[in-house]
Amino acid sequence: MPPVIALDAERISRSLMRIAHEILERNHTSSVEELALVGIRQRGVPLAKRIAANIQSITGRAIDAGALDITLYRDDLMRQPVGHQPIVRSTEIPFSIDDRRIVLVDDVLYTGRTIRAAIDALIDFGRPAAIQLVVLVDRGHRELPIKPDYVGKNLPTSREESVRVRLQEIDGDDEVVIDHGGN
Amino acid sequence: MAATEPSASLAGRHLLGIADLSPADIALVLDTADAMKEIGGRAIKKVPALRGRTVVNLFFEPSTRTRMSFEIAEKRLSADTLNFAASTSSVSKGETLADTARNLEAMQPDIIVVRHASSGAAHLLSRVCRARIVNAGDGMHEHPTQALLDAYTIRERKGTLAGLKVAIIGDLLHSRVLRSNLLLLTRMGAEVWTCGPATLLPPGIAAYGARVTASMDEALEGADVVMMLRVQHERMKGMFLPSLREYFTLYGLTEARLARAKADVIVMHPGPMNRGVEIDSAVADGPWSVILDQVSNGVAVRMAVLYLMVGGGDGAERGSGAPRATEPGGVQGPPPESKDEISS
Repeated sequence: MPPVIALDAERISRSLMRIAHEILERNHTSSVEELALVGIRQRGVPLAKRIAANIQSITGRAIDAGALDITLYRDDLMRQPVGHQPIVRSTEIPFSIDDRRIVLVDDVLYTGRTIRAAIDALIDFGRPAAIQLVVLVDRGHRELPIKPDYVGKNLPTSREESVRVRLQEIDGDDEVVIDHGGN
Repeated sequence: MAATEPSASLAGRHLLGIADLSPADIALVLDTADAMKEIGGRAIKKVPALRGRTVVNLFFEPSTRTRMSFEIAEKRLSADTLNFAASTSSVSKGETLADTARNLEAMQPDIIVVRHASSGAAHLLSRVCRARIVNAGDGMHEHPTQALLDAYTIRERKGTLAGLKVAIIGDLLHSRVLRSNLLLLTRMGAEVWTCGPATLLPPGIAAYGARVTASMDEALEGADVVMMLRVQHERMKGMFLPSLREYFTLYGLTEARLARAKADVIVMHPGPMNRGVEIDSAVADGPWSVILDQVSNGVAVRMAVLYLMVGGGDGAERGSGAPRATEPGGVQGPPPESKDEISS
Protein backbone atom coordinates (compact mmCIF):
# COMPACT_ATOMS: atom_id res chain seq x y z
CA MET A 1 0.00 0.00 0.00
CA PRO A 2 1.30 3.49 -0.79
CA PRO A 3 1.72 6.00 2.05
CA VAL A 4 -1.55 7.71 3.07
CA ILE A 5 -1.71 11.42 3.79
CA ALA A 6 -3.59 11.72 7.09
CA LEU A 7 -3.30 15.49 7.51
CA ASP A 8 -2.35 18.10 4.94
CA ALA A 9 -0.92 21.57 5.56
CA GLU A 10 -4.37 23.14 5.75
CA ARG A 11 -5.65 20.64 8.34
CA ILE A 12 -2.49 20.96 10.43
CA SER A 13 -2.83 24.74 10.48
CA ARG A 14 -6.52 24.59 11.46
CA SER A 15 -5.82 22.00 14.18
CA LEU A 16 -3.14 24.21 15.73
CA MET A 17 -5.49 27.21 15.78
CA ARG A 18 -8.27 25.13 17.35
CA ILE A 19 -5.81 23.84 19.98
CA ALA A 20 -4.73 27.43 20.78
CA HIS A 21 -8.39 28.30 21.47
CA GLU A 22 -8.88 25.15 23.56
CA ILE A 23 -5.79 25.95 25.67
CA LEU A 24 -7.15 29.44 26.40
CA GLU A 25 -10.62 28.07 27.21
CA ARG A 26 -9.34 25.35 29.49
CA ASN A 27 -7.06 27.81 31.35
CA HIS A 28 -9.48 30.75 31.40
CA THR A 29 -9.25 31.11 35.17
CA SER A 30 -5.56 31.97 35.00
CA SER A 31 -3.82 34.79 33.15
CA VAL A 32 -2.16 34.22 29.77
CA GLU A 33 1.20 35.07 31.37
CA GLU A 34 0.92 31.99 33.58
CA LEU A 35 0.90 29.80 30.48
CA ALA A 36 4.11 28.61 28.83
CA LEU A 37 4.58 26.19 25.98
CA VAL A 38 7.41 23.64 25.92
CA GLY A 39 8.01 21.72 22.69
CA ILE A 40 9.66 18.31 22.78
CA ARG A 41 12.53 17.95 20.30
CA GLN A 42 12.52 17.66 17.39
CA ARG A 43 9.09 18.37 15.93
CA GLY A 44 7.31 19.47 19.09
CA VAL A 45 9.42 22.63 19.06
CA PRO A 46 8.08 24.25 15.87
CA LEU A 47 4.56 23.11 16.83
CA ALA A 48 4.90 24.87 20.21
CA LYS A 49 6.11 28.03 18.49
CA ARG A 50 3.16 28.00 16.10
CA ILE A 51 0.65 27.50 18.91
CA ALA A 52 2.34 30.31 20.87
CA ALA A 53 2.00 32.57 17.82
CA ASN A 54 -1.68 31.60 17.52
CA ILE A 55 -2.29 32.41 21.18
CA GLN A 56 -0.57 35.75 20.69
CA SER A 57 -2.75 36.53 17.67
CA ILE A 58 -5.89 35.71 19.69
CA THR A 59 -5.00 37.49 22.94
CA GLY A 60 -2.52 40.10 21.73
CA ARG A 61 -0.12 38.97 24.41
CA ALA A 62 3.23 37.18 23.94
CA ILE A 63 3.64 33.79 25.55
CA ASP A 64 6.85 31.94 26.47
CA ALA A 65 7.84 28.96 24.34
CA GLY A 66 10.78 26.68 25.10
CA ALA A 67 12.40 23.52 23.77
CA LEU A 68 13.04 20.31 25.69
CA ASP A 69 15.35 17.47 24.68
CA ILE A 70 14.43 14.31 26.58
CA THR A 71 17.27 12.06 25.37
CA LEU A 72 19.06 11.93 28.73
CA TYR A 73 15.79 10.91 30.43
CA ARG A 74 14.90 8.08 28.07
CA ASP A 75 14.12 4.77 29.76
CA ASP A 76 15.82 2.79 26.97
CA LEU A 77 19.04 4.79 26.96
CA MET A 78 21.25 1.96 28.18
CA ARG A 79 19.28 -0.91 26.68
CA GLN A 80 20.31 -0.88 23.04
CA PRO A 81 22.64 -3.86 22.66
CA VAL A 82 24.58 -2.29 19.83
CA GLY A 83 24.60 0.99 18.06
CA HIS A 84 25.20 4.57 18.87
CA GLN A 85 23.98 6.75 21.65
CA PRO A 86 21.11 8.93 20.50
CA ILE A 87 22.17 12.48 19.64
CA VAL A 88 21.58 14.88 22.52
CA ARG A 89 20.20 18.22 21.41
CA SER A 90 19.95 21.38 23.39
CA THR A 91 17.24 22.18 25.89
CA GLU A 92 16.21 25.83 25.90
CA ILE A 93 13.83 26.86 28.65
CA PRO A 94 14.94 30.45 29.27
CA PHE A 95 12.16 31.18 31.80
CA SER A 96 11.17 29.90 35.21
CA ILE A 97 8.53 27.19 35.13
CA ASP A 98 7.73 27.52 38.85
CA ASP A 99 3.99 27.97 39.42
CA ARG A 100 3.34 28.27 35.67
CA ARG A 101 0.86 26.24 33.66
CA ILE A 102 3.15 24.33 31.32
CA VAL A 103 1.76 22.97 28.07
CA LEU A 104 3.99 20.23 26.66
CA VAL A 105 3.81 19.88 22.88
CA ASP A 106 4.81 16.85 20.81
CA ASP A 107 4.04 15.66 17.31
CA VAL A 108 2.96 12.03 17.81
CA LEU A 109 1.71 10.32 20.98
CA TYR A 110 2.39 6.58 20.84
CA THR A 111 3.63 4.53 23.82
CA GLY A 112 3.69 7.52 26.17
CA ARG A 113 7.30 6.90 27.16
CA THR A 114 8.57 10.17 25.67
CA ILE A 115 5.98 12.09 27.67
CA ARG A 116 6.98 10.27 30.87
CA ALA A 117 10.59 11.33 30.22
CA ALA A 118 9.49 14.89 29.42
CA ILE A 119 7.53 15.19 32.67
CA ASP A 120 10.53 13.94 34.64
CA ALA A 121 12.80 16.39 32.85
CA LEU A 122 10.41 19.31 33.42
CA ILE A 123 10.17 18.59 37.11
CA ASP A 124 13.97 18.94 37.33
CA PHE A 125 13.49 22.51 36.15
CA GLY A 126 11.05 23.51 38.84
CA ARG A 127 7.53 22.97 40.15
CA PRO A 128 4.91 23.98 37.63
CA ALA A 129 1.34 24.64 38.80
CA ALA A 130 0.15 22.17 36.15
CA ILE A 131 1.43 20.25 33.14
CA GLN A 132 -0.87 19.70 30.16
CA LEU A 133 -0.20 17.87 26.92
CA VAL A 134 -0.76 18.78 23.28
CA VAL A 135 -0.16 16.26 20.49
CA LEU A 136 -0.72 16.75 16.80
CA VAL A 137 -1.49 13.05 16.34
CA ASP A 138 -2.56 10.41 18.85
CA ARG A 139 -1.94 7.02 17.26
CA GLY A 140 -2.85 4.85 20.27
CA HIS A 141 -0.92 1.86 21.73
CA ARG A 142 -0.15 3.45 25.08
CA GLU A 143 2.21 1.56 27.40
CA LEU A 144 1.92 4.06 30.26
CA PRO A 145 -1.10 5.74 31.87
CA ILE A 146 -0.80 8.99 29.89
CA LYS A 147 -3.60 10.87 28.18
CA PRO A 148 -3.35 14.04 26.07
CA ASP A 149 -5.37 17.16 26.91
CA TYR A 150 -5.45 18.50 23.35
CA VAL A 151 -5.29 16.37 20.21
CA GLY A 152 -4.97 17.50 16.60
CA LYS A 153 -6.25 14.20 15.25
CA ASN A 154 -6.85 10.72 16.61
CA LEU A 155 -5.30 8.30 14.14
CA PRO A 156 -5.97 4.62 14.85
CA THR A 157 -2.96 2.68 13.57
CA SER A 158 -1.47 -0.77 13.81
CA ARG A 159 1.95 -1.21 15.38
CA GLU A 160 3.38 -2.16 11.99
CA GLU A 161 2.50 1.21 10.56
CA SER A 162 4.59 4.29 11.15
CA VAL A 163 3.38 7.86 11.40
CA ARG A 164 5.62 10.50 9.87
CA VAL A 165 5.07 14.15 10.70
CA ARG A 166 6.72 16.59 8.32
CA LEU A 167 6.93 20.26 9.27
CA GLN A 168 7.96 23.28 7.22
CA GLU A 169 10.64 24.39 9.71
CA ILE A 170 12.46 21.03 9.66
CA ASP A 171 11.33 19.10 6.58
CA GLY A 172 10.35 21.87 4.16
CA ASP A 173 6.60 21.11 4.05
CA ASP A 174 3.64 20.34 6.34
CA GLU A 175 2.17 16.85 6.17
CA VAL A 176 1.28 13.83 8.32
CA VAL A 177 1.79 10.54 6.48
CA ILE A 178 1.06 6.94 7.46
CA ASP A 179 3.53 4.41 6.11
CA HIS A 180 2.34 0.83 6.05
CA GLY A 181 4.87 -1.63 7.39
CA GLY A 182 6.07 -4.57 5.31
CA ASN A 183 5.06 -2.74 2.09
CA MET B 1 26.21 18.45 10.23
CA ALA B 2 29.05 16.04 10.67
CA ALA B 3 27.73 14.91 14.04
CA THR B 4 24.71 13.22 12.56
CA GLU B 5 26.77 11.03 10.23
CA PRO B 6 26.21 7.45 11.24
CA SER B 7 29.96 6.84 11.17
CA ALA B 8 30.51 9.07 14.18
CA SER B 9 30.25 7.15 17.42
CA LEU B 10 32.15 6.60 20.62
CA ALA B 11 29.85 3.80 21.77
CA GLY B 12 31.72 0.80 23.05
CA ARG B 13 35.10 2.41 22.44
CA HIS B 14 37.91 3.49 24.70
CA LEU B 15 39.11 7.10 24.62
CA LEU B 16 42.86 6.67 24.67
CA GLY B 17 43.85 9.57 22.49
CA ILE B 18 42.78 12.01 19.81
CA ALA B 19 44.73 9.79 17.39
CA ASP B 20 41.76 7.38 17.37
CA LEU B 21 39.09 10.00 16.65
CA SER B 22 37.84 11.00 13.21
CA PRO B 23 36.78 14.60 12.53
CA ALA B 24 33.15 13.36 12.70
CA ASP B 25 33.78 11.80 16.14
CA ILE B 26 35.28 15.07 17.36
CA ALA B 27 32.32 17.07 16.02
CA LEU B 28 29.94 14.64 17.74
CA VAL B 29 31.65 15.19 21.11
CA LEU B 30 31.61 18.99 20.69
CA ASP B 31 27.95 19.06 19.62
CA THR B 32 26.95 16.80 22.51
CA ALA B 33 28.93 19.02 24.90
CA ASP B 34 26.79 21.96 23.76
CA ALA B 35 23.71 20.18 25.08
CA MET B 36 25.53 19.11 28.26
CA LYS B 37 26.63 22.65 29.03
CA GLU B 38 23.04 23.78 29.49
CA ILE B 39 22.59 21.24 32.31
CA GLY B 40 25.24 23.09 34.34
CA GLY B 41 23.05 26.20 34.30
CA ARG B 42 19.95 24.52 35.72
CA ALA B 43 18.73 24.69 39.30
CA ILE B 44 19.02 20.90 39.50
CA LYS B 45 22.28 20.12 37.74
CA LYS B 46 21.67 16.44 37.22
CA VAL B 47 20.22 14.15 34.56
CA PRO B 48 19.57 10.42 34.93
CA ALA B 49 21.51 9.31 31.82
CA LEU B 50 24.17 7.19 33.58
CA ARG B 51 22.03 5.99 36.47
CA GLY B 52 23.31 2.69 37.79
CA ARG B 53 26.64 2.97 35.97
CA THR B 54 29.90 2.95 37.90
CA VAL B 55 32.91 5.06 37.01
CA VAL B 56 36.27 4.64 38.71
CA ASN B 57 38.62 7.61 38.75
CA LEU B 58 42.07 6.06 38.91
CA PHE B 59 44.60 8.82 39.49
CA PHE B 60 48.25 7.90 39.90
CA GLU B 61 49.41 11.49 39.48
CA PRO B 62 48.37 14.55 41.42
CA SER B 63 45.48 16.38 39.76
CA THR B 64 42.85 18.74 41.04
CA ARG B 65 41.29 20.21 37.94
CA THR B 66 40.97 17.09 35.82
CA ARG B 67 39.90 14.77 38.63
CA MET B 68 37.29 17.16 39.98
CA SER B 69 36.08 17.92 36.48
CA PHE B 70 35.55 14.22 35.76
CA GLU B 71 33.90 13.70 39.13
CA ILE B 72 31.44 16.56 38.63
CA ALA B 73 30.71 15.32 35.09
CA GLU B 74 30.01 11.80 36.39
CA LYS B 75 27.76 13.09 39.17
CA ARG B 76 25.79 15.36 36.83
CA LEU B 77 25.05 12.28 34.74
CA SER B 78 24.00 10.32 37.88
CA ALA B 79 26.81 7.74 37.66
CA ASP B 80 28.21 6.21 40.84
CA THR B 81 31.80 7.28 41.25
CA LEU B 82 34.76 5.80 43.05
CA ASN B 83 37.91 7.79 43.57
CA PHE B 84 41.26 6.19 43.76
CA ALA B 85 44.37 8.15 44.65
CA ALA B 86 47.71 6.39 44.38
CA SER B 87 49.00 7.76 47.68
CA THR B 88 46.27 6.08 49.72
CA SER B 89 46.23 2.78 47.85
CA SER B 90 47.98 -0.55 47.61
CA VAL B 91 50.21 0.92 44.89
CA SER B 92 52.39 2.19 47.70
CA LYS B 93 52.67 -1.46 48.78
CA GLY B 94 54.09 -2.46 45.38
CA GLU B 95 51.04 -3.55 43.37
CA THR B 96 51.42 -3.18 39.59
CA LEU B 97 49.10 -1.05 37.49
CA ALA B 98 47.63 -4.09 35.75
CA ASP B 99 46.96 -5.85 39.08
CA THR B 100 45.37 -2.74 40.57
CA ALA B 101 43.14 -2.48 37.52
CA ARG B 102 42.18 -6.18 37.57
CA ASN B 103 41.16 -5.86 41.19
CA LEU B 104 39.06 -2.82 40.44
CA GLU B 105 37.52 -4.72 37.53
CA ALA B 106 36.30 -7.35 39.93
CA MET B 107 33.94 -4.64 41.22
CA GLN B 108 32.47 -4.29 37.70
CA PRO B 109 32.95 -0.65 36.84
CA ASP B 110 31.66 0.48 33.44
CA ILE B 111 34.32 3.11 32.85
CA ILE B 112 37.78 3.64 34.29
CA VAL B 113 39.24 7.13 34.01
CA VAL B 114 43.00 6.84 34.35
CA ARG B 115 45.78 9.36 34.91
CA HIS B 116 49.31 7.97 35.05
CA ALA B 117 52.87 9.28 34.80
CA SER B 118 53.82 6.67 32.19
CA SER B 119 52.98 7.11 28.52
CA GLY B 120 50.92 4.13 27.39
CA ALA B 121 49.32 3.39 30.77
CA ALA B 122 45.80 3.86 29.38
CA HIS B 123 46.60 1.57 26.43
CA LEU B 124 47.82 -1.11 28.81
CA LEU B 125 44.60 -0.92 30.83
CA SER B 126 42.51 -1.10 27.66
CA ARG B 127 44.10 -4.47 26.93
CA VAL B 128 43.63 -5.99 30.38
CA CYS B 129 40.25 -4.49 31.35
CA ARG B 130 36.71 -5.13 30.19
CA ALA B 131 35.66 -1.66 31.32
CA ARG B 132 36.01 1.20 28.88
CA ILE B 133 39.05 3.33 29.50
CA VAL B 134 39.26 7.11 29.39
CA ASN B 135 42.77 8.47 29.25
CA ALA B 136 42.95 11.45 31.61
CA GLY B 137 46.62 12.01 30.80
CA ASP B 138 49.36 9.42 30.34
CA GLY B 139 52.92 10.67 30.80
CA MET B 140 54.05 12.72 27.83
CA HIS B 141 51.68 10.99 25.41
CA GLU B 142 48.09 12.26 25.25
CA HIS B 143 45.38 14.05 27.26
CA PRO B 144 42.42 13.79 24.90
CA THR B 145 39.69 15.37 27.04
CA GLN B 146 41.87 18.46 27.52
CA ALA B 147 42.25 18.86 23.74
CA LEU B 148 38.49 18.35 23.31
CA LEU B 149 37.66 21.00 25.90
CA ASP B 150 40.19 23.37 24.31
CA ALA B 151 38.58 22.79 20.92
CA TYR B 152 35.13 23.35 22.44
CA THR B 153 36.28 26.63 24.00
CA ILE B 154 37.81 27.82 20.71
CA ARG B 155 34.70 26.86 18.77
CA GLU B 156 32.49 28.63 21.32
CA ARG B 157 34.43 31.89 20.81
CA LYS B 158 35.35 31.66 17.14
CA GLY B 159 32.51 29.57 15.72
CA THR B 160 34.86 27.16 13.98
CA LEU B 161 38.33 25.63 14.18
CA ALA B 162 39.10 25.50 10.47
CA GLY B 163 41.40 28.21 9.16
CA LEU B 164 42.36 29.66 12.56
CA LYS B 165 45.97 30.38 13.41
CA VAL B 166 46.68 28.72 16.75
CA ALA B 167 50.02 29.37 18.47
CA ILE B 168 51.05 26.82 21.07
CA ILE B 169 53.95 28.15 23.10
CA GLY B 170 56.07 26.82 25.94
CA ASP B 171 57.37 23.49 27.22
CA LEU B 172 56.46 21.45 24.16
CA LEU B 173 58.62 18.47 25.07
CA HIS B 174 56.83 17.38 28.22
CA SER B 175 53.34 18.24 27.11
CA ARG B 176 50.67 15.64 26.48
CA VAL B 177 48.29 18.58 26.07
CA LEU B 178 50.39 19.68 23.08
CA ARG B 179 50.29 16.26 21.43
CA SER B 180 46.53 15.88 21.78
CA ASN B 181 45.93 19.46 20.65
CA LEU B 182 48.21 19.11 17.63
CA LEU B 183 46.37 16.00 16.49
CA LEU B 184 42.96 17.53 17.04
CA LEU B 185 43.57 21.01 15.66
CA THR B 186 45.35 19.85 12.49
CA ARG B 187 42.62 17.25 11.96
CA MET B 188 39.97 19.98 12.18
CA GLY B 189 41.77 22.25 9.73
CA ALA B 190 43.47 24.81 12.00
CA GLU B 191 46.91 26.21 11.19
CA VAL B 192 49.06 25.35 14.19
CA TRP B 193 52.30 27.08 15.11
CA THR B 194 54.45 25.69 17.89
CA CYS B 195 57.11 27.65 19.67
CA GLY B 196 59.50 26.92 22.50
CA PRO B 197 63.18 26.82 23.45
CA ALA B 198 65.27 24.34 21.43
CA THR B 199 65.87 22.22 24.52
CA LEU B 200 62.10 21.73 24.91
CA LEU B 201 61.23 20.79 21.32
CA PRO B 202 60.10 17.17 20.99
CA PRO B 203 61.88 15.29 18.21
CA GLY B 204 59.71 14.75 15.14
CA ILE B 205 57.22 17.48 16.00
CA ALA B 206 57.08 18.65 12.37
CA ALA B 207 55.54 15.30 11.43
CA TYR B 208 52.34 16.41 13.19
CA GLY B 209 51.80 19.03 10.50
CA ALA B 210 52.61 22.02 12.71
CA ARG B 211 54.93 24.92 11.95
CA VAL B 212 57.84 25.12 14.36
CA THR B 213 59.59 28.34 15.30
CA ALA B 214 61.91 29.52 18.05
CA SER B 215 60.63 33.08 17.67
CA MET B 216 57.67 33.87 19.85
CA ASP B 217 56.89 37.00 17.84
CA GLU B 218 56.60 34.96 14.66
CA ALA B 219 54.26 32.49 16.37
CA LEU B 220 52.08 35.29 17.73
CA GLU B 221 51.85 37.29 14.49
CA GLY B 222 48.18 37.41 13.50
CA ALA B 223 47.23 34.54 15.81
CA ASP B 224 43.53 33.90 16.57
CA VAL B 225 44.32 31.67 19.55
CA VAL B 226 47.33 31.57 21.85
CA MET B 227 47.72 28.48 23.96
CA MET B 228 50.39 28.71 26.66
CA LEU B 229 51.88 25.53 28.06
CA ARG B 230 53.13 25.10 31.60
CA VAL B 231 56.84 24.73 32.27
CA GLN B 232 56.78 21.25 33.80
CA HIS B 233 59.54 21.50 36.39
CA GLU B 234 58.56 18.16 37.90
CA ARG B 235 59.34 16.32 34.66
CA MET B 236 62.67 18.05 34.08
CA LYS B 237 65.47 15.91 35.34
CA GLY B 238 68.27 17.68 33.40
CA MET B 239 69.23 21.24 32.63
CA PHE B 240 66.62 22.35 30.14
CA LEU B 241 66.50 26.03 31.03
CA PRO B 242 69.23 28.40 32.21
CA SER B 243 66.81 30.26 34.48
CA LEU B 244 63.11 30.94 34.82
CA ARG B 245 63.76 34.65 34.52
CA GLU B 246 65.41 34.13 31.13
CA TYR B 247 62.55 31.87 30.10
CA PHE B 248 60.03 34.58 30.91
CA THR B 249 62.05 37.14 28.94
CA LEU B 250 62.09 34.95 25.83
CA TYR B 251 58.86 32.95 26.05
CA GLY B 252 56.65 34.60 28.67
CA LEU B 253 53.36 35.95 27.32
CA THR B 254 53.04 39.66 28.11
CA GLU B 255 50.57 42.28 27.01
CA ALA B 256 53.20 43.91 24.78
CA ARG B 257 53.95 40.63 22.98
CA LEU B 258 50.27 39.79 22.59
CA ALA B 259 49.79 42.99 20.58
CA ARG B 260 51.14 41.10 17.54
CA ALA B 261 48.18 38.74 17.60
CA LYS B 262 44.73 39.58 16.20
CA ALA B 263 42.70 42.13 18.15
CA ASP B 264 40.14 39.47 19.11
CA VAL B 265 42.75 36.88 20.12
CA ILE B 266 41.92 34.49 22.94
CA VAL B 267 44.52 33.24 25.43
CA MET B 268 44.32 29.73 26.82
CA HIS B 269 46.24 27.74 29.42
CA PRO B 270 45.53 24.17 30.51
CA GLY B 271 46.57 24.97 34.09
CA PRO B 272 48.05 25.00 36.60
CA MET B 273 49.66 28.31 35.62
CA ASN B 274 53.12 29.46 36.62
CA ARG B 275 52.47 33.19 36.75
CA GLY B 276 55.58 35.16 35.82
CA VAL B 277 57.15 32.11 34.13
CA GLU B 278 55.14 31.31 31.00
CA ILE B 279 52.41 33.92 31.42
CA ASP B 280 52.20 37.40 32.91
CA SER B 281 49.38 37.97 35.40
CA ALA B 282 48.05 40.93 33.39
CA VAL B 283 47.45 38.53 30.48
CA ALA B 284 46.16 35.61 32.54
CA ASP B 285 43.54 37.85 34.16
CA GLY B 286 42.99 40.11 31.14
CA PRO B 287 40.09 40.39 28.71
CA TRP B 288 41.68 37.92 26.25
CA SER B 289 41.80 35.16 28.79
CA VAL B 290 39.38 32.23 28.44
CA ILE B 291 41.26 30.17 31.00
CA LEU B 292 38.32 29.85 33.38
CA ASP B 293 35.94 29.11 30.49
CA GLN B 294 38.19 26.15 29.73
CA VAL B 295 37.58 24.85 33.23
CA SER B 296 33.76 25.18 33.01
CA ASN B 297 33.69 23.73 29.53
CA GLY B 298 35.77 20.79 30.73
CA VAL B 299 32.80 19.49 32.71
CA ALA B 300 30.45 19.66 29.70
CA VAL B 301 32.96 17.98 27.39
CA ARG B 302 33.64 15.18 29.88
CA MET B 303 29.90 14.64 30.32
CA ALA B 304 29.63 14.32 26.54
CA VAL B 305 32.48 11.81 26.37
CA LEU B 306 31.13 9.65 29.21
CA TYR B 307 27.60 9.68 27.80
CA LEU B 308 28.74 8.78 24.29
CA MET B 309 31.08 6.00 25.47
CA VAL B 310 28.58 4.25 27.68
CA GLY B 311 26.24 3.51 24.78
CA GLY B 312 26.00 0.09 23.26
CA GLY B 313 24.65 -2.01 26.10
CA ASP B 314 26.69 -3.94 28.64
CA GLY B 315 29.78 -6.08 28.72
CA ALA B 316 28.66 -8.87 26.42
CA GLU B 317 28.60 -6.63 23.39
CA ARG B 318 31.72 -4.70 24.10
CA GLY B 319 33.85 -6.75 21.78
CA SER B 320 31.98 -5.37 18.80
CA GLY B 321 32.99 -1.88 19.71
CA ALA B 322 36.62 -2.38 18.87
CA PRO B 323 38.43 0.90 18.64
CA ARG B 324 38.94 2.09 15.10
CA ALA B 325 42.47 3.21 14.64
CA THR B 326 42.52 5.94 12.04
CA GLU B 327 46.23 5.85 11.53
CA PRO B 328 49.15 3.57 12.21
CA GLY B 329 50.21 3.89 15.81
CA GLY B 330 46.58 4.31 16.87
CA VAL B 331 44.94 2.28 19.58
CA GLN B 332 45.96 -1.06 18.29
CA GLY B 333 49.54 -0.06 17.61
CA PRO B 334 52.24 -0.37 20.21
CA PRO B 335 52.14 2.09 23.06
CA PRO B 336 54.54 4.94 22.60
CA GLU B 337 56.91 3.84 25.31
CA SER B 338 58.07 0.56 26.73
CA LYS B 339 55.66 -1.38 28.88
CA ASP B 340 58.24 -2.01 31.58
CA GLU B 341 57.90 1.51 32.82
CA ILE B 342 54.25 1.09 33.48
CA SER B 343 54.23 -1.63 36.07
CA SER B 344 55.88 0.54 38.65
